[in-house]
Amino acid sequence: MSAVARDGDPRVARISAAIRVVPDFPKPGIRFRDVTTLLLDHQSFKDTIDILVEKYKDKNIDVVAGIEARGFIFGPPIALAIGAKFVPMRKPRKLPGEVIGEEYTLEYGTDRIELHVGAVQPGERVLLIDDLIATGGTLRAAISLLERVGAQVAECACVIGLRDLKGQERLGSKPLFILVECEH
Amino acid sequence: MSGSRERDSRVARIDAAIRVIPDFPKPGILFRDVTTLLLDHQAFKDSIDIFVERYKDLKIDVVAGIEARGFIFGPPVALAIGAKFVPIRKPRKLPGEVISEEYTLEYGTDCIEMHVGAIQSGERVLIVDDLIATGGTLQAAIKLIERVGAEVVECALLVGLTDLKGHLKLGGKPVFVLVEYEGA
Repeated sequence: MSAVARDGDPRVARISAAIRVVPDFPKPGIRFRDVTTLLLDHQSFKDTIDILVEKYKDKNIDVVAGIEARGFIFGPPIALAIGAKFVPMRKPRKLPGEVIGEEYTLEYGTDRIELHVGAVQPGERVLLIDDLIATGGTLRAAISLLERVGAQVAECACVIGLRDLKGQERLGSKPLFILVECEH
Repeated sequence: MSGSRERDSRVARIDAAIRVIPDFPKPGILFRDVTTLLLDHQAFKDSIDIFVERYKDLKIDVVAGIEARGFIFGPPVALAIGAKFVPIRKPRKLPGEVISEEYTLEYGTDCIEMHVGAIQSGERVLIVDDLIATGGTLQAAIKLIERVGAEVVECALLVGLTDLKGHLKLGGKPVFVLVEYEGA
């Protein structure tokens, strides 16, 4: 089941308004939700982080894992505020040293996400962060990878969710929190 | 005085938290891996605090972070000093209208991009990245920002490689490095 931030929170309305839609990117027919405009509104960016910190600071989170690249923007401020480690989950061949990876299918072909060996310990509680959930394929691969090293993914949190792509279904029973829900 | 001694002890811990990976991405290169710093909450927090202390009273309007590790250090600084955060990205990642700057590599060229309208003419900009080597990417970022009429106040890096003397390529623009290492 997914939880969506209450519309009644006045901060959420401003955050939602700060996210712009770019039509036909990366290809015709796709309405791309661009968070970079949110980052230009300091108050809204701060509110986004504050809402997520309020939600997770007392949940005994050991690790915030952020998915490259826009997960790197939202994950670290949360990690710093709640006293957790930050762990980047990256495209292939970016992380130096020993890595483990999880392959996942795209509409055409496959992709792969990697994690440093030893970054996350067995039993650690992980909060997984990305800017947006669409089909949920990348998040599902990230969850698999974290569980393979024995960690517990406590929750996934995304700034934006595309309602009709039903990303939650790919995550099964894994809790998912979405700040702003949009039509695809 | 006690202020600088306190800063020294934080820098020592930050230095110790950064690991070296030999022969990455190719033989003979000693890669400075900041991901281990992100696993030490206190050291990660200290690195951000040192930057914030340095820049909070310099009327910085924008923190520009270079993809991808600049996305980890830039936003926490931007949030703390009340600045916008602007991502500077590899080609074709940013949706909407962009401006590009090409730069030379050892073999061939690369390109970085910024959104049109993200930075306004006259704004004061701090550029953040994890590491400066030759300075090629930073120099391209400075050009991009100056092309829209903004002013680069300083470039802030976690790590600098002294042997490569990268800062000499930045045309007199101040460069602040938290930890310096010998060797490429």
